[in-house]
Amino acid sequence: MTTESRAAGAFAIEHLNLHYGTHQALHNVSMEIGARAVTAIIGPSGCGKSTLLRCLNRMNDLVPGCRIEGEIRFGGEDIYAPGVDPMEVRYRIGMVFQKPNPFPKSIYENVAFGPRINGHQGALDEIVERSLRRAALWDEVKDRLRESALSLSGGQQQRLCIARALAVEPEVILMDEPCSALDPISTGHVEELMSELKRDYTIVLVTHNMQQAARVADVTAFFLSGHLVEIDQTNVIFATPREQRTEDYITGRFG
Amino acid sequence: MNRPNSRRSAYRRQMDRWFHAIFLGAVGLAVAALGLLLWQVLKDGLSHLDWQFLTSYASRRWQQAGIMAPLAGSFYVMGLTALFALPLGLAAAIHLEFYAKENWFNRLIQTNIANLAGVPSIVYGLFGLAIFVRYLGFDRSILSASLTMAFLILPVVIVNTQEALRTVPQTIIQGAYAMGATKWQVIRTVVLPAAMGGIMTGAILALSRALGETAPLITVGAWVFLTYLPVSPLDGFTVLPIQIWYWSGMPQAEFQSLAASAIIVLLIVLLTMNSVAIVLRNKYQRKAEW
Repeated sequence: MTTESRAAGAFAIEHLNLHYGTHQALHNVSMEIGARAVTAIIGPSGCGKSTLLRCLNRMNDLVPGCRIEGEIRFGGEDIYAPGVDPMEVRYRIGMVFQKPNPFPKSIYENVAFGPRINGHQGALDEIVERSLRRAALWDEVKDRLRESALSLSGGQQQRLCIARALAVEPEVILMDEPCSALDPISTGHVEELMSELKRDYTIVLVTHNMQQAARVADVTAFFLSGHLVEIDQTNVIFATPREQRTEDYITGRFG
Repeated sequence: MNRPNSRRSAYRRQMDRWFHAIFLGAVGLAVAALGLLLWQVLKDGLSHLDWQFLTSYASRRWQQAGIMAPLAGSFYVMGLTALFALPLGLAAAIHLEFYAKENWFNRLIQTNIANLAGVPSIVYGLFGLAIFVRYLGFDRSILSASLTMAFLILPVVIVNTQEALRTVPQTIIQGAYAMGATKWQVIRTVVLPAAMGGIMTGAILALSRALGETAPLITVGAWVFLTYLPVSPLDGFTVLPIQIWYWSGMPQAEFQSLAASAIIVLLIVLLTMNSVAIVLRNKYQRKAEW
């Protein structure tokens, strides 16, 4: 293990195998995810990229029949070690989903949700404002905080979900194809936000969109049928990949 | 247009018209039967329906007889039934949807709950008679009646509640888990508020079914001639369907008209409850467009 992967906010994945029942979705994956950078995971549908992402905050624990072998260390600690509380892991590692999924509550209550369920005492107004500002949504919603989150546009809803994740001060934000349901302008907003947020947070981005990976990611990992094919600096992956399969995929020969 | 099988297509259009006519006829027949029933009831019952009818006790003289006791009894029994059945049904549904593991035992329970919803109500009456009236010694009381009714509607409440819980999208449930919420926090803060409209709609419809039930309460021992309002849950009771059943069996035509008047009151209560259910459903459906 390098010292880099021991740093707060960094992941080290070692020999990770994952089975859904009898189907093996991830094969012996080992990789490191650096802190305060955007790491993109690309690959065709069903390659295991979302599955890997969901291992990082133990969301796969909720899937019946899911079995995990290997190790994932976060800041040096094994998050699958016995005695580790998955709620604690998810609290420290935020997640933004493919489809914006605000709760059917007010904008304010959506952002206040995380602090509230984690027993936050005292004023929430400040946390709500700070989170919405960081998610670049404050100016659009500051006069309508009590309105339903469902009244926002899709792009605004997704930024609200990012604000909701930020409100509990996580160290990492996992993003599972966060722009796949958004129009190009909203996508632009979210991408700008990622570049902004990586100064303070580790961002792991699963994306279908190779241009998006090329635009925002520092490091890109390419997955194929549950195997990690290649991981490198994004410019290396897109300009001079080592593997023929990576080149075939990024040049659009399949996928 | 040159269609080689135009004869066949003419035949299909013909069949289409026939089936349309059959379906329309079925609807017409159902509406006509309902209309006839309503007309009959209104014709017989409207003349007696006045304030005095609503505020009088049972009487041997039809001029003085009223439905105060059964009306109050119906509300009392329904109130207690709701109190027993709704929390229990909600808790059971939450268990089945969120806590029960996927195995043969829980599938058996699930299947049997669905089966229980189809058990004839008289069977619940006999169960209530054996357990609540006799064994637990609650006697022929409001308590026995409401517990019996609670068990009668429990399977329906559970199944309806499960349906309502299932309409909450997985995406927002996952979103709540991803924030570090425990299972109970997810249920309490996200699932229940989102499913509440459906849960209440189901509960009201189940209660309105119980409101019209007669057979199990005859078995449990409802009175037919009450001249006081029940106060304690252990007091004797009667309810509207029982009163209707009793009056309609009397030889005098006047009492049969009183039965019709009571039916009108029962129908008004039922329609009100169902309208509330519809309003709730529409309100929450609009809110729940995620």
